[in-house]
Amino acid sequence: MFENIKTDDLVHVGKYERRQEAVAKISGDAIYTGDMVLSGMLHAMVKKSPHARAKILKVDTSRAEALPGVRAVLVGNELDYKLGLYVVDKDILAKREVRHYGEAVAAVAADTPEIAREAVDLIDVQYEPLTPVLNHVDALKPGAPLVHPDLGSYDFVPVFSPQPGTNIPNISKVRKGDVEKAFSESEWIIEREYTNPSVQHVPMETHVAIVEWKQGDNITIWTSAQSPFTVRNLFCHTFKLPLNNVRVIVPYVGGGFGGKAGIMLEPLLACLSRKADGRPVRMRATREEEFSLLPCRSALTYRIKTGVGSDGKILAQQLTLYWDAGAYADYAVNVTRASSYSGAGPYEIPNVWLDAYTIYTNKPYGTAYRGFGHVEFFWGLERHMELVARAIGMDPYEFRMKNLLKPGSRTITGELISEHTGSPQKCLDAVAKAINYGSLTKEEAAREKRSGRKIGKGVAVLHKAPAMPSFTATAAVVKMNSDGTVNVNVGLTEIGQGSTTAFAQITAERLRFPVSKVKVTVEKDTDRDPYDWQTVASKGLMLTGNAVILACEDFLRNAYEVAAQVLRAQTVDLDHDGDKIFVRHRPESSVTFAALSVGYAFPNGNAVGGPLVGVGRYAAQGLTNLDKETGQGLPALDWTFGAHGIIVEVDPDTGEYKVLKVASAFDVGRVINPDLVRGQAVGGMIQGLGTAVCEGYIYDEQGHLLNPSFTDNKIPTAKDLPEEIETIAVQVPQVDGPYGARGVGEHPMISVAPALGNAIQHAVGAELLHMPIRFEDVWRALRDEEPIDNWITKTPTGSCRSDPATRAHSPDSAAAP
Amino acid sequence: MKVRVTVNGRIYERDVEEHKTLLRFLREDLGLTGTKEGCGAGECGACTVFLDGKTVNSCMVLAVEADGSSIETIEGEAEDGKLSIIQEAFDHRHAVQCGFCTGGMVMSVRELLQRTPKPTIDQIKEGIDGNFCRCTGYQQIIEAVLEASGQAELADKGGLKYV
Repeated sequence: MFENIKTDDLVHVGKYERRQEAVAKISGDAIYTGDMVLSGMLHAMVKKSPHARAKILKVDTSRAEALPGVRAVLVGNELDYKLGLYVVDKDILAKREVRHYGEAVAAVAADTPEIAREAVDLIDVQYEPLTPVLNHVDALKPGAPLVHPDLGSYDFVPVFSPQPGTNIPNISKVRKGDVEKAFSESEWIIEREYTNPSVQHVPMETHVAIVEWKQGDNITIWTSAQSPFTVRNLFCHTFKLPLNNVRVIVPYVGGGFGGKAGIMLEPLLACLSRKADGRPVRMRATREEEFSLLPCRSALTYRIKTGVGSDGKILAQQLTLYWDAGAYADYAVNVTRASSYSGAGPYEIPNVWLDAYTIYTNKPYGTAYRGFGHVEFFWGLERHMELVARAIGMDPYEFRMKNLLKPGSRTITGELISEHTGSPQKCLDAVAKAINYGSLTKEEAAREKRSGRKIGKGVAVLHKAPAMPSFTATAAVVKMNSDGTVNVNVGLTEIGQGSTTAFAQITAERLRFPVSKVKVTVEKDTDRDPYDWQTVASKGLMLTGNAVILACEDFLRNAYEVAAQVLRAQTVDLDHDGDKIFVRHRPESSVTFAALSVGYAFPNGNAVGGPLVGVGRYAAQGLTNLDKETGQGLPALDWTFGAHGIIVEVDPDTGEYKVLKVASAFDVGRVINPDLVRGQAVGGMIQGLGTAVCEGYIYDEQGHLLNPSFTDNKIPTAKDLPEEIETIAVQVPQVDGPYGARGVGEHPMISVAPALGNAIQHAVGAELLHMPIRFEDVWRALRDEEPIDNWITKTPTGSCRSDPATRAHSPDSAAAP
Repeated sequence: MKVRVTVNGRIYERDVEEHKTLLRFLREDLGLTGTKEGCGAGECGACTVFLDGKTVNSCMVLAVEADGSSIETIEGEAEDGKLSIIQEAFDHRHAVQCGFCTGGMVMSVRELLQRTPKPTIDQIKEGIDGNFCRCTGYQQIIEAVLEASGQAELADKGGLKYV
């Protein structure tokens, strides 16, 4: 919509604009769920499993129940409910068996957090430990213990394919062309396997919710969640309640990154409230619980076999993805599905055979995480493209350029790429130029000479489409106040991404109002706001943005109708500015929006119209289900393409490295707000660098998570920033995007790791197959030694740079452990 | 135990349990919820406040230890309804996303600028190293600090580029 208007001709879209809710956040005024206090509010805590897999023999809660101040105690056997986004496989509290370290087996609600903690300590659980299933590839072997022996009896959404009698809750496939024939015709065949461990989202605000279950099954949920309507929907599905019995309110949210996309603490707190006579029950996860009670990002093993013709064109790819779901399927089955239609990257590949498996193990379960699988599989894919290019003697940049999707290409699921789909070439070209790819500058050469370290440069491309149902829909409501200002309600949640501000700019643009007259409500309420499926997938700007435009159109139509009566004119003769509607050929004949806002009153007292409201609805257009056997179909609302270029400095003796520059480019279609785009781009890139450099879950051989804290699981700090960061916007307009825009929330995190791996290989030749790239991994690769797989370890050696003392002295030369 | 503190210039006197942290005291007893808990272990800096002129992680200090002290929190940063120079720069430079780390971050920046009125970029990184932010990637925060310290020209270089 309006994709062809030049940004110069726009007033608000594409221009600098402050964040709508910044002042509330900067001043400490913004109220997050954990800041709320309700009358009679109780505090919940859970008893967690110390085992990865064990039979629950007995749970004795008698001493906890006897403790003064305890208002409710719950164990799994009391709760006859199943939960699940796509495969309904999870109990609210574990019954009979625990399936991962940190899983909740009992819960308490008490007058104070102290009493709740004491009560939890008084609960006695007897277990019979069982051998856990830890390695997800081993979990596929015949005879492997089953994490869910009852898989065959679970409900599931039919686009998925659970395999009863195995540890596989889903397989997704793509079949295109004739892979065997194409391999036989290939000049080169290169095959490798790439891996990465689970990681944690680390929103600064841990999960927190308050739930009250009142008489008549009237339930109110306040929660730090990305998707209030999904919380309501899944909650009502589990408890078999009408949707309008349950009200979900989302105050300010302190970051989500996918970890708050589904339903988490809410059902448990609801059951505790019901048992405690309807008193509101609150629980805020500790940071340790965030790592193990709540979900993480799945680990992946990605095997890629590529056949290339003598001209450097990719002829065939055989792709096998082994996704480690952990104990429950949650989003991992859908990550698997997204990794099937997207797993070959933005390349034109005529023959593809892809199998993507979701695999249950006895580990904390995987969920959505910024990038929805793409960060993980692009690590392997874009490292592989580098290795293939090197193996066939082509420059990796040239090899990519030769094989990227272009107008007229078809994706591996058969979608035709057009001029409007966006340009991976422009992104790759932009970052290559930004890092002076292919040679060292004079300064870089001098630096190399001075330091004795080698400087390398690498690039990697990326793409992602929203992973969402084909019929995903949303709506927006524009409501005018009697002073001519407007409030806009959308169901999309503000989790820090800034969409609230983007929608205000779009509203202002379409209504021709100043942005100061537009307020987009931050807090969400399912009783008040129009439906939105979820705040995920980088689809919010496009779908809700379109709904906002359509709501503005509807609003103006309604306003013009009343104005036509007031001005005794036909609507076709009317026009408006930020203040009033007027007759085009007689502009002195006008009526202000304020006068129309809540119904117009003529001088004699007669009234027309009524409160001015505009409603806009938008549903994804033209998407189809994918064929279960071949994966063919149209899954993509839009493709946002991008690329990163990285300059790195590596010590060839020790494997230590330092990132000197990251340049990132994304084809966003149209920039709505440059600072918001850059905020997503840089924030996502640094989060991607965390994944690339050091983050990851480490388990012992019994499945205990060894590093559920910031001491042992580092995330990037300000001192981890590259010396230089450059962010570039490419703008090939999306025809069906609002003013031509596409989403870019997740994309900056994708392909940072392979760009870094490629740059390190360019610098010193290390062939890296495992992410994160710890210094010792580079060191070992330089000696052609196998990487140490200590992500399931006998000897817990923390993740890289786990010694704060080392870091404090010299951030540049932190020694690997 | 009775505790008497001055918070943002106002005197408060409360009975406090000995095990209660300063963070929980501020949030639960005084209703000052602008200070957040991100880890409860002194790692993330979300709970940073001034205690007698120096920043501390308030999750690592007991309320009773603060008896007789003067405390400043994010709620005291704006004066007479006017944003401070640091807050204004954070707003102007888009140094805020989800906002959960922001209160503590602003406290650390204030301490940095008190110590070093015109910090270099490396000094800024050092100054906010104890404050985690998962959203922004720190770049726009660093630019806000440059602006707040009268070095806006250094911050202007980093804008979005177009091709």
